[in-house]
Amino acid sequence: MRLSSKHLTLIIMAALIVAAPFFFPSGYYFRVGALIFVNALAVTGIVILTGYAGQISLGHAGFAGIGGYACALAPVHWGLPPALAVVLGAAVSAALAYLVGRPILRLKGYYLGVASLGFGILVAMVLNNERELTKGPDGIEVADLGLRGLLKDWGLNLSNGEFWYAFTGLCLVIGAWIALNLFNSPSGRALRALHGSEIAAGTVGIDVARVKLQAFVISAVYASVAGSLTALQNKFVTPDIAGFMHSVEMVTMAVLGGVGSVPGAILGAGILTLLPQVLTVFAEYEQLILGLVMMLVMIFLREGLVPSILRKIRGRGE
Amino acid sequence: MIKTLTTTVPAALIALGLAAAAHADIKIGASISATGPAAFLGDPEAKTLEMLVKELNAKGGINGEKVELVLYDDGGDANKARTFATRLIEDDEVNAIIGGTTTGASMSILAVAEDAEIPFISLAGAIDIIQPVKPYTFKTPHTDRMACQKIFEDMKKQGIAKVGLISGTDGFGASMHAQCKDVVGEYGIEIVADETYDPKDADMTAQLTKIKNAAGIQAVLNPGFGQGPSIVTRNYKQLAIDLPLYQSHGVASDGFIELAGKDAAEGVRLPGTALLVADLLADGDAQKSVVAAYKAAYEAKYKMPVSTFGGYAHDGFALMVEAITKAGSSEPEAIRDALEGITGLAGTTGVYAMSAEDHLGLDLSAFRMLEIKDGGWTIVE
Repeated sequence: MRLSSKHLTLIIMAALIVAAPFFFPSGYYFRVGALIFVNALAVTGIVILTGYAGQISLGHAGFAGIGGYACALAPVHWGLPPALAVVLGAAVSAALAYLVGRPILRLKGYYLGVASLGFGILVAMVLNNERELTKGPDGIEVADLGLRGLLKDWGLNLSNGEFWYAFTGLCLVIGAWIALNLFNSPSGRALRALHGSEIAAGTVGIDVARVKLQAFVISAVYASVAGSLTALQNKFVTPDIAGFMHSVEMVTMAVLGGVGSVPGAILGAGILTLLPQVLTVFAEYEQLILGLVMMLVMIFLREGLVPSILRKIRGRGE
Repeated sequence: MIKTLTTTVPAALIALGLAAAAHADIKIGASISATGPAAFLGDPEAKTLEMLVKELNAKGGINGEKVELVLYDDGGDANKARTFATRLIEDDEVNAIIGGTTTGASMSILAVAEDAEIPFISLAGAIDIIQPVKPYTFKTPHTDRMACQKIFEDMKKQGIAKVGLISGTDGFGASMHAQCKDVVGEYGIEIVADETYDPKDADMTAQLTKIKNAAGIQAVLNPGFGQGPSIVTRNYKQLAIDLPLYQSHGVASDGFIELAGKDAAEGVRLPGTALLVADLLADGDAQKSVVAAYKAAYEAKYKMPVSTFGGYAHDGFALMVEAITKAGSSEPEAIRDALEGITGLAGTTGVYAMSAEDHLGLDLSAFRMLEIKDGGWTIVE
């Protein structure tokens, strides 16, 4: 039986995640791995929105903020277990994405970019200024997920770093699996059709506004869950998570790796998460190097790293 | 796998050989916001640590062992600070950590440090860092609550009973605002006006006009840092408000007088550290020699004035060196115990007296009430 490219992608991903720890010289690498997986999860949402549906959001950090602060606030104020707080955050994010997206996505063009930009900044402002609730710019503590303790009781004793590496890795594989399934589903085909041409998609009977809205809501849930995972892992969250720069970072990761491709999203997230860690010696030049890498990719590999490289390999094979 | 074995085995053997031959260096880790929005705090901190480590090693290190500084720039991002703290502990295997320029960064680092049982000296202001006391976490900057107390103490002496607050909405301003409201009652002072501004605002006349018209108001206090307080001070003068103006320790620098203008800043009072008035300290002052030495060395090396924030890093490093010297060991546990036992150590911020219940070790005497006169500082006591 020939494996589909979807299964191949997932198997390679899972194999890499499982194999990598054998090469880790210290516990710190588990932390970096977990950071990459969380970022990659958020960027996978961007792939669905921007890569599949061709819409741009500059406010996805707002959803990450909602997911993060849901985990900080719901357990304290409503006694919700942190795992349910993740679900609550995702539900609130989805509802807000629906409310913001519904009127905006009826319009053609880049209106979503502007609206989401405003939305993201609003969320950051609320988190900064509602001190009574969010404790303001200094950040707030987040309850423990409790799963690590549970695993310990079952005889699986993982260090904090190892646990979050495994858990976020699992979440990423599930997220990628959903995104890849969507790509090949009727909804996914509809999304790609309207990415090609909204008018053509409309004439073949696709409800363009509804499909775009679906993509926006799904990608908001991805960002929200990624935000929750960041907060739970750090046991601490600050309003920076909803900051404009975080939104830009997500889009940059997607564009670098290849905005239409799930493996590309993961590679982009990996590179941009690793770069600041590798470049600590050149911390002052970090932004410069980042800008240079982006420019080179845009000039020479316009579709992003993974799609461009795949095309080269295939082009040579045929 | 084979490749790592072939590289790690010889590396491990070499490491073992070296360990047997020579003393291992003492490694001190630092995660500081040298860039980003908190760079004006973090930059002098990073420079101070680099300078002090060089100085110390030139003098032969601690107990004959050299000190190695592993410095990372977290850009003020709590998430990055946590990653760097993990890296310092797990990968660089440091003996202790200094850093956490912002409160968010400090809270992230302390969680990792407490977990790994590595002593950590924070350079951020909030009281939450050391209250409740955590076994491995210490800090050097006085809290904003102490700044409020110092200011209200001075107001009470002046017979001021009704004040107006105008606060920045940034982390510093908001935190100090909350602390001031919390302690104001203890001094029999009443807040009759309470306004805020965004740190990026370019004009505060609207808020100040409202405050000016509050019934019975006798003085105004401005918790905030950055450019906001300078604008408040300038607008205050433009509106010809004839009431004493108090600023916070957040703007205790010559830059503030420059930015606000000599005229507008005339008569402004604020609580500051000895570092700001090094030349004015009495000869018998316990801090005089420390402050003068740091100021001279820093200004000679970097050609820029010292700041209170660099002073926090100076004190953090001094505490760490004192603790390691006294402990006669660089084991994290020993450093922690020695840190807790430090008393009478004069730093730039104050004279530290740590204890099991107090991991800051400063009281109100660490602050000096300063007044700006003719574009310079004077001490009011």
